[in-house]
Amino acid sequence: MLGLNKKDTRFLLIVIALTLLTPIILQPFPEGSSLAQFNAGYPDLMQRFAIFGIFAIGFNILFGLTGYLSFGHAAFLGVGSYTVVWMYKLLDYNVIWGLPLAIITSGLFALLIGFVSLRRSGIYFSILTLAFAQMSYNLAYSVLTPITNGETGLQVYTDDVQILMGANEPQSPHFFGIVMRENFWVADIGAWEFTFNNGYYFSAVIAILAFYLSLRIFRSPFGLMLRAIKTNQTRLNYTGLNARPYTLAAFVISGMYAGLAGGLLAAMDPLAGAERMQWTASGEVVLMTILGGLGTMMGPVLGAGFIKYFENIFSKINEQVLRQWFGFLPDGLEGAVVWVAEYFVGSGWHLTSGLLFMLVVIFLPGGLVEGGQKLAGLFKRGKSDEDIDDPEHQPKQSPHVAE
Amino acid sequence: MDAILLQILNGLDKGSAYALIALGLTLIFGTLGVVNFAHGALFMIGAFCAVSLQRLLSLSFETVDPTRTDFLGNPLKVKTPYIESWFGPETGAAIIDWSVPLAILFSIPIMLLVGFIMERGLIKHFYKRPHADQILVTFGLAIVLQELVKHWFGANPIQTGAPEAFKGSFDFGVLLGFDPNLIIYPYWRMVYFGFAAVIVAAVFAFLQFTTFGMVVRAGMADRETVGLLGINIDKRFTIMFGLAAAVAGLAGVMYAPINSPNYHMGMDFLVLSFVVVVVGGMGSLPGAVLAGFMLGILESFASMNWIKSMIPGIDQIIIYLVAIAILLTRPRGLMGRKGVMED
Repeated sequence: MLGLNKKDTRFLLIVIALTLLTPIILQPFPEGSSLAQFNAGYPDLMQRFAIFGIFAIGFNILFGLTGYLSFGHAAFLGVGSYTVVWMYKLLDYNVIWGLPLAIITSGLFALLIGFVSLRRSGIYFSILTLAFAQMSYNLAYSVLTPITNGETGLQVYTDDVQILMGANEPQSPHFFGIVMRENFWVADIGAWEFTFNNGYYFSAVIAILAFYLSLRIFRSPFGLMLRAIKTNQTRLNYTGLNARPYTLAAFVISGMYAGLAGGLLAAMDPLAGAERMQWTASGEVVLMTILGGLGTMMGPVLGAGFIKYFENIFSKINEQVLRQWFGFLPDGLEGAVVWVAEYFVGSGWHLTSGLLFMLVVIFLPGGLVEGGQKLAGLFKRGKSDEDIDDPEHQPKQSPHVAE
Repeated sequence: MDAILLQILNGLDKGSAYALIALGLTLIFGTLGVVNFAHGALFMIGAFCAVSLQRLLSLSFETVDPTRTDFLGNPLKVKTPYIESWFGPETGAAIIDWSVPLAILFSIPIMLLVGFIMERGLIKHFYKRPHADQILVTFGLAIVLQELVKHWFGANPIQTGAPEAFKGSFDFGVLLGFDPNLIIYPYWRMVYFGFAAVIVAAVFAFLQFTTFGMVVRAGMADRETVGLLGINIDKRFTIMFGLAAAVAGLAGVMYAPINSPNYHMGMDFLVLSFVVVVVGGMGSLPGAVLAGFMLGILESFASMNWIKSMIPGIDQIIIYLVAIAILLTRPRGLMGRKGVMED
């Protein structure tokens, strides 16, 4: 179906089902119970799952397939956001103008940056992309203030032109009248409450399309070519193939994904700020991809969901919650445990994510997906013929970077 | 003419910081072949060594002074630092005043220790892994260190003053025959530049004139052969890592009075110092120092008003532009050796 083989079709269908059922799956605990704080089924968070999922899927096409580590992808995210907000200001709140344009502008931007950066590989490539992203960030903050509105961030004001604005049009982002921030159904079933949000489903459909596209890229001859670049670029050159057009294409595609994600961020909340372009934001998408599983289909999405979920949960926990949890311990021990745990929760979430990141890079270079496979492998020890140690005929996967 | 002189002077202190951090980065890259994204965090830890020492020295106890009263009529509580009660008020006050220079001594063992722990505990396991993995794990470490500092010291910049003797500015212009108040330069920045020059000279002298330095240089050129000659090169490289950490830390300690330390100063400097390393040439120590000063001065030239009015925003991006131009035309950098990391 759709140009996929049976296994991939099944995979895609599972992903579609999971995505569409997210509002239910992420709401496993009844309202009012003490576990309700672990629910993640509210619109704002689910939207971020879908959007950062798109961002990470795109990043994976570059880093996962070709092995080029870009530290500047946040710049494209920012460009996408700015484009969409500008379309709000000039035309109207319908996202149909902004999103395609966001993909185009970020694609052009990526073409420019990629054309220059891809002349080098390895660490030089990382530093070049980093330099470009920092440049865009600095410019967005200073000279480009007329376009980006500097520190305040770009937003829509009442005196903006908005030439296509109809009389009865909603005053917030919408897709032909479907207002993003509204819920089309809030279902109360027993003690559970499920929220079905327009914005989430809009992003989810786009995310599914993005996922399908990346699945096709992974399975295509083009994807195979990108893998070849990662495995051994020198050998590829010796066979008479020029790798650069392929890497550039991958770079532009992943830049477009990032622009789309940025545009969607602005579609959910009509704001765009320069801090989206900062290099720590680029670091975040690297983190998501690595954490989930580099070069795998599902990994980046898992990583994005994982990071955004725990960011949300951890930020909510404070000292009182901790005391409540560890109240059963003897006093002195409770104090000690709470004191330690406090480092990692609340605003300490970044510390947790940094540690997690280090642990994954050190112990689990394949990310959550590899971890899952290892766990699964433990349970079916019997079929050991699958992982024969025979590098001559079944080469091990190479380390994930083109040096 | 006076404006140019002023900009050169202004560029020197930032350039010194770039040069010192880039020197440490290059030492680590040249010896261990590791790309250390946590180097900016070491710079930051150095700056917070100065903060901690200042706080440590100003620890005080409260006494009630019955002869004086506060505005409510209660006896006034007077805070006396322990130092003042131990060494007498004048010596004590002087010690607190000089806490930043004293922090140099205080920070060296700390930074060496941090460096050793980092190398032995983490980086050691990444020699054989690809550069991207090294970047990623040290990036994670940088985040962790930065967040720990944020947890302990808060998110706001902490003012850490230079000694009273170095406050105020020196009028360079008068010395060179210009009108007074044209070229003024804060004393502490002169101190910083001098300090950086001493450190750079010390590192080069250490590498050039000691047996230890000779072995390290040999190891940088051909690690395997040195190992085959029966020299424990790993141990020496570990020491060099500690040394590089100490250089970054000292740069941070002395920078504290120039720019109040905050938890993200490391990240801010890191990107720029990587750019400096690349411009100077990966693995070239003189290149790192030269490029550090050069880019520092270039940056302050670019922030001159008439240049900014000609090309708006140039002060924000000049360093990156230079780096991009260098990488594209001469990838080994200004003074990089041929064939080292050229692709």
